[in-house]
Amino acid sequence: MLAAVIGLAGMGAAFGVILGIASKKFAVEVDPKVDAIMQIVPGANCGACGQPGCGGYAEAVVAGTVDPRCCAPGGALLYERIAAIMGTEVSDYEERQVAQLLCQGGIGQSKMLYRYKGIEDCAAALAAFKGPKACNYGCVRLGSCAKVCPFNAIEFGADGLPVVDYYKCTGCNKCVLECPQNILKLVDITRLAHVRCLNVDKGKDAKAVCSVACIKCKLCEKNCPEDAIHVVPSGSGTVAIIDYAKCTNCGICVTKCPTKAIDMISPIAEKVILQMKDHVDEDLQRSESSKSK
Amino acid sequence: MQDYFIIIVSAVLINNIVLSQFLGICPFVGVSKKLGAALGMGAAVTFVLVLAGGLTWAIQTYMLNPFNIGYLQTIAFILVIASLVQFVEMVIRKFSPALYKSLGVYLPLITTNCAVLGVAILNIQKEFSLLQALVFSLSHAIGFTLALVLMAGIRERLEDADTPKCMRGMPIALVTAALMSMSFLGFSGLV
Repeated sequence: MLAAVIGLAGMGAAFGVILGIASKKFAVEVDPKVDAIMQIVPGANCGACGQPGCGGYAEAVVAGTVDPRCCAPGGALLYERIAAIMGTEVSDYEERQVAQLLCQGGIGQSKMLYRYKGIEDCAAALAAFKGPKACNYGCVRLGSCAKVCPFNAIEFGADGLPVVDYYKCTGCNKCVLECPQNILKLVDITRLAHVRCLNVDKGKDAKAVCSVACIKCKLCEKNCPEDAIHVVPSGSGTVAIIDYAKCTNCGICVTKCPTKAIDMISPIAEKVILQMKDHVDEDLQRSESSKSK
Repeated sequence: MQDYFIIIVSAVLINNIVLSQFLGICPFVGVSKKLGAALGMGAAVTFVLVLAGGLTWAIQTYMLNPFNIGYLQTIAFILVIASLVQFVEMVIRKFSPALYKSLGVYLPLITTNCAVLGVAILNIQKEFSLLQALVFSLSHAIGFTLALVLMAGIRERLEDADTPKCMRGMPIALVTAALMSMSFLGFSGLV
């Protein structure tokens, strides 16, 4: 008994001392910049930058092998802060993007074919007669996107549709890739009007399965002052699509659309977006003042 | 001399640590997607296995046996292996950053690799001398690397193969592993 205790404790102590000495003797100096960047990266290890996790990204940024702009979750905010740490000039940064759900077929709006009782997964539900919804282009409402989101930015509204939280969404693209219906899309956060329907069937057929479907009436196209929205061929039919480069958020198409398939982000959401811009500005000032110190 | 030859052949082919003794399955499945990573993991395991083989042999002979505390074998060996991996990581990081980078996360993962502990215990069970234990460890490490590299080669080709959707990824990898294990049974009559 005594031999066992002393032996094992002695071994542990000996190895501990050896490791302690070794860690001092073989210490490798890490660039303090790497640590500083490690402190501010989102830490989700999403891999969107192509590096092995956020640690790899921080090292690669300091080594100069990767563009400090390519962290999708961190966005412009992180880029400014990294630039402050690295002491480099800030150059143009593209607008932050968030995921938009291109479907409004919530409970009550879209017709159902049957009640799905199975694995809580959109792709699994779609395997059974193209899903429980009568519309074959819409949201299955089983939340595969919410499950894959590393930032918990997707929650479910009263109508059963996923709602993207603009505060939390970082545009990492994971839900877009996960969605089996391909109805999530990354759009610049400043874009307010969206055609929230991808049903390419003829107007009558689309309207038959969902009250908020695009019926291809072309009223939006005729009334758009900027020539930014068109009913264009898509898949096996046509559907209205906004050219975000031309859209000025005027909202005329939203008021003209007879089925309300075109949606304007509510003033509340707009406020969130503006607030977020203030945050970015604040952080910019802070990093600038810390730089001047 | 013939003794050592038999040890090497039986460790590498006949009693292959992964495919016949089913130890070290996690890196075998986890780190066999790319040939480069498989080679890196193989090198790291070889390094640690040989060192751990020698060290645990010494611990058993000069500490556990004289004091009659052989029942502490498992915990003592785990202690040795964990410390050794830490130490090796520090040394490699200091003297060969390139190797450290290529081994990456696989190096610390070896701490929990059952192949290392398995070989260390086999060394004792078979009552080897120090040299025999080192040769035995080295050949088991070579066998491990061989299995990993073969698996990585097959899986790289499987990426391009038209596998049924339900079999893609892990299922086909496990089927492949089973087939490889069966084919390695063919070596069993060699010695």
